[in-house]
Amino acid sequence: MICLALVLTLVLLCITSLFVGVADLSPAAILSDPAALDLIWTSRGPRTVAVVITGGALAVSGTIMQMIVRNRFVEPMTAGTGQGAALGILLVTLFTPSLPILMKMALATTVALATSTVFLFIVNRLPPTQPMLVPLVGLIYGGIIGAGVLFVAYQADLLQYIDIWMNGEFSGVLQGRYELLWIAAGVAALSYLAADQFAIIGMGRTASVNLGLNYTQVVVVGLLSISVVTALTVVTVGMIPFVGLVVPNIVSRLSGDNLRATLPMTAVSGAALVLASDIVGRLIRYPFEIAVGSVFGVLGAAVFLWLLYAPRRHA
Amino acid sequence: MLAVLLMACMAGYLTLGARGNWDFVLPFRGNKLVALVIVAVAISTATVLFQTITHNRILTPAIMGFDALYVLILTVQIYALGAQEYVRLSQSGQFIANVVLMLIAALALFGTLLSKTRNDLMRMVLTGIIIAVLLRAVTGFLQRVIDPSEYAVVQVASFARFARIEVELLAVAAVMTCSALAVTWRMRHRLDVLALGETAAINLGETPKRSMFQILVVIAVLVSVSTALVGPMGFLGLLVVSLAHLVTPTASHATLLLSAALISALTLVGGQFVLERVLGMSTPLIVVIDVIGGVVFLILLLKRKYR
Amino acid sequence: MIEISGVSYRIGGARILDGINLTLPKGGISALIGPNGAGKSTLLSLIARLMPHQTGTITVDNLVVGACPNNTFARKLAILPQASDAAPLLSVRELVGFGRYPYHKGRPSAEDHAKVERALATFGLTDLAARRLDTLSGGQRQRAQVAMTYAQDTDYILLDEPLNNLDIAASRSLMRVLRDLAASQGRTIVIVLHDINYAAAYADLIVAMKGGRIVATGTPDDIVTEAVVREVFETDPKIHRIDGKVIIEV
Repeated sequence: MICLALVLTLVLLCITSLFVGVADLSPAAILSDPAALDLIWTSRGPRTVAVVITGGALAVSGTIMQMIVRNRFVEPMTAGTGQGAALGILLVTLFTPSLPILMKMALATTVALATSTVFLFIVNRLPPTQPMLVPLVGLIYGGIIGAGVLFVAYQADLLQYIDIWMNGEFSGVLQGRYELLWIAAGVAALSYLAADQFAIIGMGRTASVNLGLNYTQVVVVGLLSISVVTALTVVTVGMIPFVGLVVPNIVSRLSGDNLRATLPMTAVSGAALVLASDIVGRLIRYPFEIAVGSVFGVLGAAVFLWLLYAPRRHA
Repeated sequence: MLAVLLMACMAGYLTLGARGNWDFVLPFRGNKLVALVIVAVAISTATVLFQTITHNRILTPAIMGFDALYVLILTVQIYALGAQEYVRLSQSGQFIANVVLMLIAALALFGTLLSKTRNDLMRMVLTGIIIAVLLRAVTGFLQRVIDPSEYAVVQVASFARFARIEVELLAVAAVMTCSALAVTWRMRHRLDVLALGETAAINLGETPKRSMFQILVVIAVLVSVSTALVGPMGFLGLLVVSLAHLVTPTASHATLLLSAALISALTLVGGQFVLERVLGMSTPLIVVIDVIGGVVFLILLLKRKYR
Repeated sequence: MIEISGVSYRIGGARILDGINLTLPKGGISALIGPNGAGKSTLLSLIARLMPHQTGTITVDNLVVGACPNNTFARKLAILPQASDAAPLLSVRELVGFGRYPYHKGRPSAEDHAKVERALATFGLTDLAARRLDTLSGGQRQRAQVAMTYAQDTDYILLDEPLNNLDIAASRSLMRVLRDLAASQGRTIVIVLHDINYAAAYADLIVAMKGGRIVATGTPDDIVTEAVVREVFETDPKIHRIDGKVIIEV
């Protein structure tokens, strides 16, 4: 039931997204006006697809990260992965600007993977009795890397890029400029194959080993998937904070933690929520646009506060 | 010793690398120097006070979003009044109005937070950080809603910048900081007692709840002053107060306030001097401080030195 | 004299204290006993205005708790709370010195210094005076806390389970010092104890509490009987009287 409602909402939002923008476009025009079709094909369509992929993939990454770290209050964009990706792409831009784009992406992903691995090491040293410490460390850790990125950017005079990577927005998405995101979509879809494994490592190392799982291997696969998705998102549209935090928490409150059942729901909800924010951003100060990162920053932080204090129903 | 080092840095900052007319250079740099020192002392004092009333070593007003609150208040005003209207107001009047609004908002927001989450330090810290994130997000959101031209006005007012210091504000800022510092200094023994914990403080005849609100007022004033002068200062407070605890391991606030203030001034003036004149770097000092301060914060957390 | 009338206390829906009426005489040692959750610590905290009171009134001599200025009260009554969260950065002498704060407000006189030294000597802390609290054992730290309470030089001293961290030698010596204070200086001591044997041996008056009410009040001979212990603690120990002293079988 919920699933159906979610999918319907998403479809409605997608249709809305196609017809909201600076240039007037009515549904009737598609049939008669070739320019309208062209607009959809080169701009509105790609933008909608990019938002849906980003929202869905980020929400899935958030879930996986929360399972790996075993804490509900972390997500890649605020715990160092996103900043690591930005650092990676910054370094690539600085030192090897001539590499083909896929190589650049691979390097950015590697740095994101490294920063997430370090975060995992730090988290494992924290006392398990202090669950609030994990997101705290994550936020500060992400902040440090972010400040490091800013430092390098200042020194190298690359500040104008920072704004693009650090603040997610979709207004620049056109046909030919977002296709890398399909890789993120693929990776997020692939991680569904390992949904059960991720659910099990969410119960901890002992439980995983007990159930015959290769714990380290699953963690590495998970981190890799998070890093690829995050790096691709950062480079293509920029950071969108809190998607990976808000969506998995809400889904888990509604439908529990059986990832095989809930992961598709998480992806659809993430896509719908980010798309809704994007549409709001396009409408609120029409004809100007407000970046989806700004909209989601407000929304996400508010929901995070609520999550911190709202008691879990079954607890 | 710290004082001597500070003097040296100040002298160096004033004179080194200056070309041209001394009559121009000295007053110009002198003003900047005064502003830097005011900001440094305001931040260190606000941080010491905040750590005393929250009984921990990792929280600072900046981490809990005090300066973000100030910038938000500024943005909301510009949003409500429009930039032209806003710029027409007198600087000092603007500033005093901001401080008053800041006092009300800070007491309402942080007063509630501190009395509600006393027993769960980590939840308090996390809530504070998220509130700071939220305040910044709302600010960013409003800034984008405001016209691009008005946005520029806020931008000037919301980044830590030492290159353009609001010299017109200097007199007002100095008076407010000095009165806040005087109040703090008179409280130093009470602070020692408050640091013993709530029960011990009541037992010794203090009134922790009332003191907490008085201290929050002082903190709000100090943060407003420093934010108005140069913008948000990030991890500076945490960094210098942690250093002060290392250099002068004592529970006496008289010593701690002094050493934190000296270290803070040394960090700002010295850091600015080294960065600007010696290394010739283009990065703002605050970015460097944020990296180092963030690492210090992580270390404090990991070594569990938060009490 | 401490007069408690009609005092109730609730936390959320739970009733912690239920209509307490009690008069504790001036001078001597009064011991509060009772099972865990009886409300002993809450009552002590209310007397010492550590928690805001909800209903009823408490007066200490002629001072109404909650209405009289905090600092005046701090020179009338001192409390040693159960888990003391003192800053470990202090030396023993500094901690004990804080006991004089209600008198000097941060500017100690020669007399204040003398009283601190006397407190250190009374509790055998002179040798440890320069040591930092975080380098001491739990028992030594507890003694430093008691010395601070003593240095506060008040007519009334309230102690909440002060024997918790102490071994038998330290416990006995603390109780002796307290009895001596009551006898020679006329101080009034109210103490929460969970070991009835100590209460029986040192207290002049025992107040037995259970479920937020007072079950019995009287001298050790009246209170430490098999009937009362059974009613209060819901356990059935034998009670022996040896050389006029009451001893409970454990």
